[in-house]
Amino acid sequence: MNHLPLIIKREYLTKVKNKSFIIMTFLSPIIMIALFALVAYLSQLNNNKERTISILDESGLVNEIFENTEYTKYNILSNISLKDAKALVEEKGEYGLLHIENKNDIIEISKTIKFYSEDTPSLTLISNLEGKLEKKLTNLKLQQEGVDVEKINTSKTNIDIAQESFQGEKSSKIDNIVKLAFGGFAGYLLFMFIIIYGNMIMRSVIEEKTSRIIEIIISSVKPIQLMMGKIIGTSLAGVTQFVIWVLLGTILIVVVSAIFGINMAETQTQQQDMVQQAMEFPEAQMQMQNAISAIYNLPLINLTIAFALFFIGGYLLYSSLYAAVGAAVDNETDTQQFMLPILMPLILAVYVGIFTVIEDPHGTVSTVFSFIPFTSPVVMLMRIPFGVPIWQQLISLGLLIGTFMFTVWFAAKIYRVGILMYGKKPSYKDIYKWLKY
Amino acid sequence: MKNALVTNSVSKNFGDFKALNNVSITVPKGSIFGLLGPNGAGKTTLIRIINQIILPDSGSVLLDDEPLQAHHIKDIGYLPEERGLYKTMKVGEQVLYLAQLKGLSKAEAKKRLNYWFEKFEIEDWWNKKIQELSKGMAQKIQFIVTVLHQPKLLIFDEPFSGFDPINANLIKDEILLLREEGATVIFATHRMESVEELCDDIVLIHESNKILEGKLLDIKRQYKTNTFEVGLVTDNEEQLTQIIKDKFDVSPAIYKSLNNDLKLNIKLKDNESSNELLTFLTSNAQVNHFNELVPTVNDIFIQTVKNN
Repeated sequence: MNHLPLIIKREYLTKVKNKSFIIMTFLSPIIMIALFALVAYLSQLNNNKERTISILDESGLVNEIFENTEYTKYNILSNISLKDAKALVEEKGEYGLLHIENKNDIIEISKTIKFYSEDTPSLTLISNLEGKLEKKLTNLKLQQEGVDVEKINTSKTNIDIAQESFQGEKSSKIDNIVKLAFGGFAGYLLFMFIIIYGNMIMRSVIEEKTSRIIEIIISSVKPIQLMMGKIIGTSLAGVTQFVIWVLLGTILIVVVSAIFGINMAETQTQQQDMVQQAMEFPEAQMQMQNAISAIYNLPLINLTIAFALFFIGGYLLYSSLYAAVGAAVDNETDTQQFMLPILMPLILAVYVGIFTVIEDPHGTVSTVFSFIPFTSPVVMLMRIPFGVPIWQQLISLGLLIGTFMFTVWFAAKIYRVGILMYGKKPSYKDIYKWLKY
Repeated sequence: MKNALVTNSVSKNFGDFKALNNVSITVPKGSIFGLLGPNGAGKTTLIRIINQIILPDSGSVLLDDEPLQAHHIKDIGYLPEERGLYKTMKVGEQVLYLAQLKGLSKAEAKKRLNYWFEKFEIEDWWNKKIQELSKGMAQKIQFIVTVLHQPKLLIFDEPFSGFDPINANLIKDEILLLREEGATVIFATHRMESVEELCDDIVLIHESNKILEGKLLDIKRQYKTNTFEVGLVTDNEEQLTQIIKDKFDVSPAIYKSLNNDLKLNIKLKDNESSNELLTFLTSNAQVNHFNELVPTVNDIFIQTVKNN
């Protein structure tokens, strides 16, 4: 008798109807969006504070570079000693005082510049001032040395190395960034999915043990059916949750931006300016086009199919191990010693993926790790956007499926014995013995 | 008559531990069969093998003269010793789910469930969660789960542990009723009172081996010692005791009585009959109490286990 559909249905419905699952599903996107909105609001609040900065420029060389902006006002002081200026600024409660001494040499002047303030000044403000001063003083120095600044500006060249494979496939830096983003996202998604829903499977196995219903169930169905039903049912619940998250997230972002539309528009004007500026330059326009064409250039069909296969394979591989751990122990606190060996390869996969695939997607390290079944789902998903030969993907997938069948067999053995064991917390030695029962 | 269940030399090892050693039992159809043994004797292992939860290392199991197969699951109802239900699932849903796992259709399961709910007068429990029920209430549900698919063979592992006397009685009556309807019942227990009352056949397992098997009455006959408990009214206890001692094997007896009798256990030899004893006693004293000492299952259990 095949009870798998029945078990999957129960597991799915129990998960989906569970109160904390429902709350998690609907609340977390709201919380996330609310947090983002809060952070955005707070940072805006901070930027909107008006600051006044006094400038005491004894050299008289750089006065004109300080132009008032919406939130930063400059107050140029003259004919006043540094001591008085400091007192004045402090009295008026201004943000700070920038002091430039008068020296004969521009290099000397550049070494004397100081900023006085009540509190530690904002990092962005200081680097902003530094940038302004650097540019002005460099230009002055160049002029002093008799160099034509205009010539220097016009002779600046911009290098963007075009890349092309021997087969004539064109690519660019942006291509690589897009590929990395796709691969990284896919790999990370799998990683998160395994951890969240693997744990859910483990807890549901433990629940069956602690509620002592397990013996009744397995007098009706084969343990492996129960285990697979659990894994599949929980994964479907996970997929449901993910889909709801994505939909809800999209809707919320639209709604939030509609309500706070005006605010958003304000913050966006700057960015839009930048974009507009960028559009005026042909190279920037090229880059935008490149980014879009990079997405089109991705091996999309390959990516989708491989994503589905490696995702399912990797997920089943790990979740069967989670189920085995759940079967081996009596309560959640006992799971830790068994969790480490499961998490280690998973975390390794993510780190290897992030650090080696960026550097060299087809290098030895990333290639090897994209074949080892416990790391291959994550690493291979990260590599595929860079174009992996189909035969490599097939070998990796074959190994993954083989290992997956082995771990399911292995997990089922532990599961079969473990679910009937109560009381003593098992050691690795005990589990090894169970394999032979 | 066919047998409901036969195991042939079933053995099972867990690593170095021998859980069952060549255990053969025969459960006649329509009987209530006591599977007895101290804790850890191997009862639960044998039951799990019958339920196909684990496989024997060697030996075979026949259900209705057929080797055990996957489809036999629906013919067996099993109430395990470690019992429980999904705590957060509703009663109705849960029973329907478990019944479907036993191969019932949903509609059929619903019909039968309604019957049981009416019988136990618990119709309003349908939408309650198990965690809202008391232990005794949950056990009623558990019993329904065991019998809902009308199995030919019912296996109860320590069925009365945890039941209050009223529920225990209710369940006992239901079990007897099921037997009348043709089911065969296996009782695994180490509590002998219920065995005495219900079982037709017993098997005793001790340290993985079968050490005793047969009809309960036959076994009792085997173990009877031909000893009679008597209560006599007399003026001179010493003299009377001496007279009896000259003729029979006598030891003091302990039982509760309203009278201040001389209480004795008298063991007869094989060639002596109870009538001879009674005639002898009535000629010497007034007999207030005369009772053959039949060994209880408890006595047999303890004696056999000790001897092995």
